[in-house]
Amino acid sequence: MSTLVARMAAAPPRRRAILPGAALAGLALAALAALPVAADAAGLPFLVVIATRMMIFGLAALSLDLVLGYGAMVSFGHAAFIGLGAYAVGILDAHGIRDLAVQAPVAALVCALFALVTGAISLRTRGVYFIMITLAFGQMAYFFMVSLAAYGGDDGLPLAGRSTLFGMRLIEGDPALFYAVLAVLAVALLGLRRVVASRFGRVLRGSRDNAVRMQAIGVSPLPYRLTAYVIAGAIAGLAGVLLANQAEFVSPAYMSWQRSGELIVMVVLGGMGTLIGPVMGAAALIALEEVLAHYSDHWRLGLGLMLVAVVLLSRGGLAGLAAKLGRRA
Amino acid sequence: MTPLLSVRALRKSYGALRVTDDVSLDVAAGELHAVIGPNGAGKTTLIHQLSGSLRSDSGTVHLAGEDITALPMVARVRRGLARSFQITSILDGFSVLENVALAVQARSGSSFRFFRPAATETRLNAEAMDALGRVGLADRAARRAGSLSHGEKRQLELAVALATKARLLLLDEPLAGTGPEESAILVGLMRELKSTHTIVLIEHDMEAVFALADRMSVLVYGRVIASGAPAAVRSDPAVRAAYLGEEEAA
Ligand SMILES: Nc1ncnc2c1ncn2[C@@H]1O[C@H](COP(=O)(O)OP(=O)(O)OP(=O)(O)O)[C@@H](O)[C@H]1O
Ligand SMILES: [Mg+2]
Repeated sequence: MSTLVARMAAAPPRRRAILPGAALAGLALAALAALPVAADAAGLPFLVVIATRMMIFGLAALSLDLVLGYGAMVSFGHAAFIGLGAYAVGILDAHGIRDLAVQAPVAALVCALFALVTGAISLRTRGVYFIMITLAFGQMAYFFMVSLAAYGGDDGLPLAGRSTLFGMRLIEGDPALFYAVLAVLAVALLGLRRVVASRFGRVLRGSRDNAVRMQAIGVSPLPYRLTAYVIAGAIAGLAGVLLANQAEFVSPAYMSWQRSGELIVMVVLGGMGTLIGPVMGAAALIALEEVLAHYSDHWRLGLGLMLVAVVLLSRGGLAGLAAKLGRRA
Repeated sequence: MTPLLSVRALRKSYGALRVTDDVSLDVAAGELHAVIGPNGAGKTTLIHQLSGSLRSDSGTVHLAGEDITALPMVARVRRGLARSFQITSILDGFSVLENVALAVQARSGSSFRFFRPAATETRLNAEAMDALGRVGLADRAARRAGSLSHGEKRQLELAVALATKARLLLLDEPLAGTGPEESAILVGLMRELKSTHTIVLIEHDMEAVFALADRMSVLVYGRVIASGAPAAVRSDPAVRAAYLGEEEAA
């Protein structure tokens, strides 16, 4: 009886694909793991750099999905966390602290704190006001860094080199950084999958769908939303740590409002509330940026058309589209 | 014995419009107290005030002797008060079982648990299945809640209210929009719930009201114009004039 109940609950009415998710994920992971070797053999090492960038923004978009897709909180200041994470690396680096064992926790902690304070204020509002207030906090962080002359201000801040891990220079080469980013992304993706299916995730999803209903069963959504906001901020901060390392440079431009807008586009393009979708969205957006920007300065126009097409074709974004095709095949 | 629910001199105005006007009523434990009244009489507003989703201008509400007037809805739910909505309010995207399991989860243990999949918590699911069984929806457990018929959604709302382990149910027109068959199922269900719960029932369906109510109050323009046993209320001249008369004339 109880196993039957468990199975019924575990099989919510969701889309089904031809290949089981685990097999697909394994395939994707294997293909990605082979990429640096293949790119090297093909004489296209820049592919590794682009793929790394895709995954870094994929990580940031993934974290935004927890807030936007699962919490229905349209945060327009998410790039601030990337920037703060990057600056945690840059500023520590400027003081000779180059180890990830210090940098990463500091970045995550700073971002979590920033999220806690700004989230506690922003979450008093909903809808358009929430968008505006998160935008405002993002801009505050941006201008704070611009005015921080001691750490480069507007010009940004070059790193002395890539970070070490427990004293070892592990991510010196681009392939090594690629694998490190892949590992972080995979762990974050698997972790968040569990989070959204947990008790916490259930409350978050319920509050997204019907906040009054949640109150009527005795649950106030606010603490859960705030917690999601903090978790997402910390993860985006880690994306910032990785971004700083890839570029060996940090700049206020990482936290501009356009960047926050692009993160939202990545999530919507990829499919809100799917986790894997926003990672695909990030990859697609960066691929477009690379390809279209090659041909025209007006590449954003092409991007706009793509976005309209995907949203019209499938409300579920790229992830929804992929699932649809999978079912048809 | 103190009544389970005790309302004194409750008021609420929207501008010049008095929607709840000096309402007082007592509901004894185990009783089903029906509140009837014409459209716009202020019945839903009263439920909002009792459940805590709307602040009263003045007056008091006591639950089992405790003053809950100032408590928000969430705190009242924790003290054993549950409500249903005139317009069905469920989580359409969740499965039927998960709708109820979430209500069980809300009162048992912390929801700040991040890694264990909630859907496989057998204790939550078992209690949710109990509630679904009571309302006759056990065979719908795996369905998407949004795909249920209107009457089934009403049953689901009741199951969710039961799952909160409420002592007092505030039901706002549970029969609204249901057909005769669905209606019969729901009336049967409420008759059963009566044996275990104290209920404040708002309903337009007079047949249902007289079949179920132990006591009833008639609300007109925010005022209680009559209160007491159904037979007495039914023959009250003021009530006949203000409300039941219309009904019979129609
Ligand atoms: N937020 C509000 N602002 C202004 N007036 C309101 C508001 N909510 C309700 N009212 C008015 O208060 C009166 C009572 O409304 P309420 O919904 O409580 O009536 P009801 O008895 O539940 O009616 P029905 O039988 O149609 O459900 C109505 O005249 C309504 O227009
Ligand atoms: Mg009403």
